[in-house]
Amino acid sequence: MKSLMSRNGLLCLAGLVVALLIPQFINNKFYIDVLTLILFSAFLGQSWNILGGYAGQFSFGGVVFFGTGAYASSILFKTFGIDPWIGIFGAIAAGALMGAFIGFISFRYGLKGSYFALITLAFAEFFRIIANSVEFTGGGVGIFIDHKPSLAQLQFNDTAGYYYLAMAMTVISLLIAWWLERSRFGASLVAIRENEDAAQALGVNAFRCKMYAICISGAMGGAGGTFYAQKFLYLDPPIAYGIGTSVEMLLVTIVGGLGTVFGPLIGSFVLHGINEVARHYLEAPGLSMIVYGLILIGIVGFLPNGLIGLVRSTLKRFSGGGNA
Amino acid sequence: MLFEMMPAAFVNGLMFGSIYALVALGLTLIYGVLHIINFAHGALLMLAMYAAFYLFRHFGIDPYLAIIIVVPVSFVFGYSLYRWGIGKLAHGKDENILLVTLGLAIVIENAAIFFFTADQQTITLSYSYETIDLGFVFLSLPKVISFFASLLICLLLWLVIAKTDLGKAIRAVAKERQGARLVGIDVEHIFAATYGIGIACLGAAGCLLLPSFYVDPFTGNIFVLVAFTIVVLGGMGSIVGALVGGFIIGVTESLGGLILGESLGQIGISLIFILILVLRPTGLFGAKS
Repeated sequence: MKSLMSRNGLLCLAGLVVALLIPQFINNKFYIDVLTLILFSAFLGQSWNILGGYAGQFSFGGVVFFGTGAYASSILFKTFGIDPWIGIFGAIAAGALMGAFIGFISFRYGLKGSYFALITLAFAEFFRIIANSVEFTGGGVGIFIDHKPSLAQLQFNDTAGYYYLAMAMTVISLLIAWWLERSRFGASLVAIRENEDAAQALGVNAFRCKMYAICISGAMGGAGGTFYAQKFLYLDPPIAYGIGTSVEMLLVTIVGGLGTVFGPLIGSFVLHGINEVARHYLEAPGLSMIVYGLILIGIVGFLPNGLIGLVRSTLKRFSGGGNA
Repeated sequence: MLFEMMPAAFVNGLMFGSIYALVALGLTLIYGVLHIINFAHGALLMLAMYAAFYLFRHFGIDPYLAIIIVVPVSFVFGYSLYRWGIGKLAHGKDENILLVTLGLAIVIENAAIFFFTADQQTITLSYSYETIDLGFVFLSLPKVISFFASLLICLLLWLVIAKTDLGKAIRAVAKERQGARLVGIDVEHIFAATYGIGIACLGAAGCLLLPSFYVDPFTGNIFVLVAFTIVVLGGMGSIVGALVGGFIIGVTESLGGLILGESLGQIGISLIFILILVLRPTGLFGAKS
């Protein structure tokens, strides 16, 4: 067991070194860009994973934190002239606050399962309409952000800069999940996921734990929003609060492996990888997404525990089932 | 001025609400029996609309007559889809069914882009622009036909669920699947039949929508959130609830648009959704769980 732990540790270190060196060896901007998006998507997936994977609270509106963070730092930047490297903390706070708000309303009234999923969907739609209708978000026109590359703006001249930023965020998100798995708090979340009444009976304060989980998830989503806004320099209500991002967050996580540290990262690599490859070979409109959808159905149908589950069972088979 | 327009907006809301109700009816039935949220609902509605569209374009079949063809085909399609597709792939896990229906929606939507292109399509019938004068409002004839047809279909569905053996079996499975299995009901068959009936409702809704709405590969998405709202508002699994919920949402949307304007007007629906989830999650007509 111990040797396996250190083997995993070495593997992580090797992965990190490779990830750090990639921009030195690959000059093709397109590939770096794809990798950046994969990492970013893994980061958002991890934000969803904290709440959906570990705490078992499936949300269809994970995008609401992302959008709120994106608007927060962009408005701080455009209207108040606060640089995004400070603004990102505003975005994190805004995301956490939004988490507290939605969490309080949903958990106070005991919404679970599909009901929780639906209310998060409704909140995302609610804020999309608000963002579309009020002045300070730029309404339906959206917000354009000036391109002034510098670290304080979290903007870069070359794609590698964004790549490193996305990588740093992904590493932090992995560390959060890693810490969660080893903490008492994480164990409480898993207990709530498996059986909330039993967890309560054992003295776990389910309401408080779920509130913390949704706030952490919200804070991470908020940071993701700032990254998005500074990379793409444009934001409008469908981007900030559209259901597409919510779906992507839960998709990468479930395909990779719910409630696992590396699930979102693996899921993001595989799904985006498939998407890019299919897009490269199938040029007719729609065709690549058909393949993408079919593979998604196939993964769900044949790998019930996600890709992580597949990796684990394979490892088990090779090591004789003893120590994995 | 605003006040004078309200009765007209109200009646128009009722007209559109009846079609919302039909879309929600399929969703509520599937949820009530299978306990799954069918994410492919919007995509399948879009498919039904295309079916009606091509029947009209190639064979000149009036969309209202096309119901006779599209509804049975939708039932068989839905039945097979569940029996040999969704049900097999999901292994009975709820989150898997969610993902399978999600994947299905992606496949169907993009197949529609591939085969039908992303262009918006509309049809014009010889009576498309005829209206009925109610004194305070002119109603377009297609909307009035859709209204009464939706009511009729809701009534038919209610009769099927309340009076037939199939309906009894469906209710038994919805209440207690293990018990239903023990008394000899083929639960997998009932699941598939329920899914089929739900999709058949979409088939009817697609035909009824086409004369007064456009169709493109993403049309269905417009109706999904609305349908979820109605299902929750009316009570998951309740047919009467779907009908009443459909009317409430149709009127809310219509009046909201009139009073708050195009953009902010849609907020009424999500507000109702949030409030009903918080205050009365069993909905207006739902059984206490």
